[in-house]
Amino acid sequence: MKIAVCVKRVPDTGTRIRIADDGRSLSSEGVKFVLNPYDEFAVEAALQLAEAGVADSVTLLTLGPEEARETLRHGLALGAHDAVLLRGETTMDGWATAQALAAELALREDGLVLFGAKAVDDDQQQVGPMVADVLGRPGVTSITEVEVADSVATCRRAVEGGQEVVEVDLPAVATVTKGRYEPRYASLRGIMMAKRKPIAEKEATHVAPGLVVEAIEYPPERQPGRIVGSGVEAVGELVRLLREEEGVV
Amino acid sequence: MKDVLAVADTRDGGVLDVSRETVRAASGLAKAWGGSVDALIPGAAEGKVALGADRVLRMPLSKEAAGNPDIVAGAVAGQLQGHGYSAVVLAATARGRDLAPRVAAKLGVPLATDVIAASVEGDDVVVRRPVYAGKAVARVRMLARPAVISIRPNVFERAPSTAASSADALATSADIGTGKYRVLGFEASRDVALDVAEAEIVVSGGRGMQGPDHWHLLAELRDALGETAALGASRAVVDAGWRPHAEQVGQTGKTVTPKLYFAVAISGAIQHLAGMRTAGVIVAVNRDAEAPIFGVADYGIVGDAFEILPALARAIRELRDS
Repeated sequence: MKIAVCVKRVPDTGTRIRIADDGRSLSSEGVKFVLNPYDEFAVEAALQLAEAGVADSVTLLTLGPEEARETLRHGLALGAHDAVLLRGETTMDGWATAQALAAELALREDGLVLFGAKAVDDDQQQVGPMVADVLGRPGVTSITEVEVADSVATCRRAVEGGQEVVEVDLPAVATVTKGRYEPRYASLRGIMMAKRKPIAEKEATHVAPGLVVEAIEYPPERQPGRIVGSGVEAVGELVRLLREEEGVV
Repeated sequence: MKDVLAVADTRDGGVLDVSRETVRAASGLAKAWGGSVDALIPGAAEGKVALGADRVLRMPLSKEAAGNPDIVAGAVAGQLQGHGYSAVVLAATARGRDLAPRVAAKLGVPLATDVIAASVEGDDVVVRRPVYAGKAVARVRMLARPAVISIRPNVFERAPSTAASSADALATSADIGTGKYRVLGFEASRDVALDVAEAEIVVSGGRGMQGPDHWHLLAELRDALGETAALGASRAVVDAGWRPHAEQVGQTGKTVTPKLYFAVAISGAIQHLAGMRTAGVIVAVNRDAEAPIFGVADYGIVGDAFEILPALARAIRELRDS
């Protein structure tokens, strides 16, 4: 069985956001880009399935600019076998992204397609289940663990108030969140080997966006409030403020 | 082409209160177009359906079908086809996040999630939604029809709990499942009743709590605050294995907008601040008066959380009992 992992290049979460002069995008100046943290869980899940002999190969797939090669190279250094760069624009229109990825995935024969549960930039949590729908495959979201046997994937899902166990027939699509999979670090040997691993490059299928980002703004600054006091003596006044001034308790 | 469909959230056959926020967001759009709001209730909801919608559509589903997001999405999309709704509004709850992308995909249109404001401008739905976990806010114009959006819980006011003038039961086909997705079971976590992203009040603890053994202090405050309160945690706490990732607030966890947020023994790293800065009222308790968390908090107490938490829980309990 082959596994494909769809990944995204995103700004590091420690980055301070600066809005570009066009007022509709972010300035990439001085921004460190990384493999989306949730995609690291998906890559780790795929690598563990490969190490267990369940999967023969792990392919990384991304839609993005030329610079996304770096992100793919990092995933290859972790242990993925090869990668595909779909050159194209990623926008907030997850439906356009899903169609571009699905067009490529339809040409392949992956038993399992994995995604990170969400990307930490646009934070939409939608491309994975949309791809499942386009491909007509079962899609299971926010899994913390997956086991594969006899053309069936058994997944544990993080849901409100607990864990759900879901079984899906392969081929299937799943999105992975933090749980059992602790992302590994790239070894020096992995980094050296990654330089020789193939990255195929293709033009992405263009899909006209169905939504447009008109502006990006900073959130309203929170005015620093006040220190009510120190120690237990301040508790009474705090509770009074929460009840009388704010009406929240 | 001026009516709006609000998809209610149900759990165990009952309609969740967040559904009235969904209806309120839908009403705002319908009013601008001069249309009306239909509330669709997937699952055989028996409970109260006074959601403030003009019409209620009950969609009977077996318990098994209601637990399968693909079947529910197919049924919702089926209702939309041929009805000419201009917009569809869902809630960005755990279940709504699973459902909304599938509904949008089946309709072949984009989806804007976690919407905090929605209006009609020049006949298009225009929404505002946080990006980078709240470090910025995007203004997004939806060009496709219907415009499908999911709203962030606790941001929109609730629609009045008035009953609809009509309540229709829809005929749903029993044969809508593909059988490729099977729910085998559910294991309840101990101590997790309410998702942190949906709670009205969040009590979060940080590294300064010094270990999982002290979490009962936070749990007691949460209990004192009532059923709409949930526990949260900083990334350091989750990374240390003290609390589950489901409780993590911040850019690699959940972005929350409760009415009241307690940050206890949390210094306030940029990733954490991004995830909770849109809360209504923020209270910080920290030993370090210079901690960055005080820069965003409305009210702060400098001091030892181990002493302050029990006193706070007691004071709130007394207040609520009186």
